[in-house]
Amino acid sequence: MKYMLLIHQGEAPTPYTPDEWARLSEEEQGAVYAAYQAVNETPGVSPGVQMQPPETATTVRVQDGKTLTTDGPFVAVKEALGGYLFFEADDLDAAIELAGRVPAARMGGAVEVRPLVER
Amino acid sequence: MTLEQAFRDEWGRVLAALIGFLGDFDLAEEAAQEAFAIAAARWPLEGTPASPRAWLVTTARNRAIDRVRRERTLAAKTRLLDVPETREDDVDDATIPDERLELLFTCCHPALALDAQVALTLRTLGGLETDEIARAFLVPETTMAKRLVRAKGKIKAAGIPFRVPPAHLLPDRLDAVLAVVYLIFNEGYAGRGDLAREAIRLGRALAELMPDEPEAHGLEALMLLNDARREARFADDAIVLLGDQDRSLWDVDEIVQGRVALARALALGGRGPYVLQAAIASLHLDEPQDWRQLAALYGELARLTGSPVVELNRAVAVAEAGDVEAGLVLAESLELDRYHYLHATRAELLRRLERVEEARVAYDRALELVHSDAERRFLERRLAELQG
Repeated sequence: MKYMLLIHQGEAPTPYTPDEWARLSEEEQGAVYAAYQAVNETPGVSPGVQMQPPETATTVRVQDGKTLTTDGPFVAVKEALGGYLFFEADDLDAAIELAGRVPAARMGGAVEVRPLVER
Repeated sequence: MTLEQAFRDEWGRVLAALIGFLGDFDLAEEAAQEAFAIAAARWPLEGTPASPRAWLVTTARNRAIDRVRRERTLAAKTRLLDVPETREDDVDDATIPDERLELLFTCCHPALALDAQVALTLRTLGGLETDEIARAFLVPETTMAKRLVRAKGKIKAAGIPFRVPPAHLLPDRLDAVLAVVYLIFNEGYAGRGDLAREAIRLGRALAELMPDEPEAHGLEALMLLNDARREARFADDAIVLLGDQDRSLWDVDEIVQGRVALARALALGGRGPYVLQAAIASLHLDEPQDWRQLAALYGELARLTGSPVVELNRAVAVAEAGDVEAGLVLAESLELDRYHYLHATRAELLRRLERVEEARVAYDRALELVHSDAERRFLERRLAELQG
């Protein structure tokens, strides 16, 4: 089975939220980096490309042939996608376990596990 | 035993074996239905085969293989194409693996919504029809059908595994299975007896399949001991409290079976929430009740669950065991101000301590919060006695 893990930072502190990030000790910051690295190095994982924060997003709609843009992500900033990775695993249990190791999941965000269509 | 009952008993096992073999819920369900229909037509005329279960599984499997061969698109998804066809009479029941436990853990996977877990468990293991499940949960049949289709679709698309979880996942996952079975039981206990019987059947199967798991025996015991008092719990549509129940209406067989299951759970060293609740239910059936022991068990259960309602029960047991003052202090330490039982309990204990004015205030507070008419009448009567 192939899965995509969609990482939502939610309330989780990241380097993109400097005030919250600074509240973590150096040790805690190091642990976050180390955990992401361990996730990315897990067999079966294809890491995603790093995204700029959701505040930098532009949302595009077309109405009556006219292109309309709004500043910000499609959903609220706190609910926006913050990162992703791909995971090839035996079953959903393995994907759930990996998702549980993503720091965002335990720091106020969440990880959505989406199965991919296989051809 | 009628053919229908026999089918009901076999459905879960046959379906589990087929899902295990075919790896596909829908294909397995269609094939099982076909096999049961053939059996219903043939067995009354030709006699029941020596190994009915094996006959059903083999027939269904052969039908499924035929179907897959016809629909080549499915081929890649099943693991059976090179399997030679087996003749129904060549297989006996002992060779059919019992995969109900795998099925139960799949149906109760936490990636499915709780109502979907319940519906799927009743459909696949209980063999209930969609319209029966819909009626039991008071939802339209189309809603229930959609719920089942969606759940089966997710199992397939998301890769929910058909297996008993490995050791590091087992405790959490077993809790989910026990919760689903107990939820089905409680739906039935509140009135729809069929569901309670179905839950007991599932609980009994679970205890058989996990013979070393104390909580499985504990849940079976708890359900049997509560179900034993079903007939005595209502009189003229009003709830009858345990102390006032007509004991001749209790089901003695179920009490014995429940206590056997409880003894098994305790012998396995079980001290989990279901074992403790079963032990409490068992003690409540004794006359006179051992309140000291009950207080200790409620205390243990409260520590495990952190439930203030359990603590309130402990307060009652402490008072009944003789220390009314201590029971009152405990009750008054609980943050259950919106719970009418707290105030009814306080009132009762204050009355026993002859603190009449405080008892009156507590009864008034309980009456402000109570919802059911039967309980309102009960409280009003107590309050009137206090004043008289």
